[in-house]
This record gives sequence, C-alpha cells and structure tokens, in this order.
Amino acid sequence: MKLRIVVTLKNGVLDPQGKAIEHALASLGFAGVGEARVGKLIELDVADGTDDETIDAMCRKLLANTVIENYRVERA
Amino acid sequence: MKTAVIVFPGSNCDRDIAVALESVTGTAPTMVWHRDTDLPDDIALVAVPGGFSYGDYLRSGAIAARSPVMRAVVDAAGKGLPVLGICNGFQILTEAGLLPGALMRNRGLSFVCRDVALSVGETQSAFTSGYRPGDTIRVPVAHHDGNYVADDATLDRLEGEGQVAFRYAEQVNGSARDIAGLVNAGGNVLGMMPHPERRIETAHGGRDGRALFEGLLARVGA
Repeated sequence: MKLRIVVTLKNGVLDPQGKAIEHALASLGFAGVGEARVGKLIELDVADGTDDETIDAMCRKLLANTVIENYRVERA
Repeated sequence: MKTAVIVFPGSNCDRDIAVALESVTGTAPTMVWHRDTDLPDDIALVAVPGGFSYGDYLRSGAIAARSPVMRAVVDAAGKGLPVLGICNGFQILTEAGLLPGALMRNRGLSFVCRDVALSVGETQSAFTSGYRPGDTIRVPVAHHDGNYVADDATLDRLEGEGQVAFRYAEQVNGSARDIAGLVNAGGNVLGMMPHPERRIETAHGGRDGRALFEGLLARVGA
C-alpha cells in the first residue's frame, strides 16, 4: 500500500525558505505571487492492511514535528 | 568526576566537549555510542554534542532523538541527571521531548558561524550557577537551524518560570525572544545553540564557556 505523507508548516510559523522563494519569483518578474510555504512529501510503502492508527503514530512519532508542523496522509 | 558524551553518526563536536570536560573535571568522559542502551554508572553529567547527526535528514536531530541511547538519556533526565545539549544536541533534546519548542532554519537562511554575545538569564539551574544573571559572555555559534520557535504560551511560561538560560544580545538567527538556551522545569536539562565548550582555554580566544562547566560540576559534585 503506497502512502503519501504531506508535511506542512503550521500557520503562523515563519518559513524563511518560503520567503526566499517569494523573493526569487518576484525577481524573475512573476507578478502576483502571494505567500510561498515549503513542506515535505514523504512516499511510504507499507504493508497492505496497515491500520490508520499505526500510520498516524508514524507521523506523530517521527515524520512530523507537531510543535511546528501539520501532516496529512493521502492514499495512492 | 565521571561524565559521558553521546556520539552519533555525524557528531562533530564530541571531541570538543570531551576535551572541555576533561579539562574541567580532570577525567576523560566515557564516549557512548548511539546504539548503546545504557549510560555508564555514577556519571554526574551526560552531554549531547554538536554536529550533523544523521546528516540532518528529515529534521535536524529528528533521527538521533529516536536512537536507542536517547531512551536511556530521557530516563536518566527524568531521574534528575544533568543533561547538556549543545547545538545539534539542543535540537536533539527538543526532538526527544526533553525541552519544549523546536529549532528552525535561521531567519536569514544563512549558516551563521561567528562569535556572539549572550546575556545570562536568571535561572535556579546549576548550569548557570557559575555566572551572575545579566552577565554578558562571548562564545561562538555555528549553525543553520538555530531559530528557536515555540507558541506564545510556552514562551511566557519559559520566561515566567526562569527557564531562559541564555539570550542573544545581538541579532543572530531570529529566535523567539532571543532565546539561545533554555533549561527544563527541573533545571537539570540545558539545551543551547552556542558552543561554550569552544571557549575553555585562553588559547581558544577566551574562557567565557568554562564557568558553565565549573558551576555545574561544583554544584553536582558538592
């Protein structure tokens, strides 16, 4: 079973990389770019039938730092 | 006096802290590999050194915080053993849940490697007992992810409970409330981004870091 774990910064957490991307896009002449936020995509291949609780525990215990990050799980 | 230093793949300040501890205590620390599951008996301090454990993969300190030896460190910290995390060690202690908050990419995005001025906070912790509150010391920083982040309630609690051990006295990395180092509620766990272990001898360019170790060891050795 293939999973895509999307890890994003929580609202309100300053994202210096996102800011740098905003400025770079502006310097390339792209107008109208608002906020850029950088996250992570983790592709996981887990055994069929792995339950939601286990997947959630993987996210909470390692894949995301819930002090600063949110996560969501997408099933391929 | 016996001490221990944890060594992860990618640690690179483990020798610096070992030299500092030997200089202050007169005894070389025991180096403990990350796969070990126990700490040596009768140690007065365990240090989690700086570096780039596991190549900073996933997040700085994230993988190291889940290594076998860190379970022993967390247990020992809960029993009151002094734990000192410097730089990557601070990141590891936050990832392991021993200290609140997180360390994010520096606000200016650049790796910062220079001497900085720190102001010593007002804590009850042995870690700052070698200084007076408000003292200014100069020690080096060398980090990319030193921007301390926590929610306002946590920051208020850290300040209200006297857990801010060191603040930057100049702009360095964008840390919330200029926090450079903090202690846990019990005062026995210190995490800090600057490197006191690199200011132990005059030949290092100063000895401002030495009082941290002397103060701690005087207190725990008494």
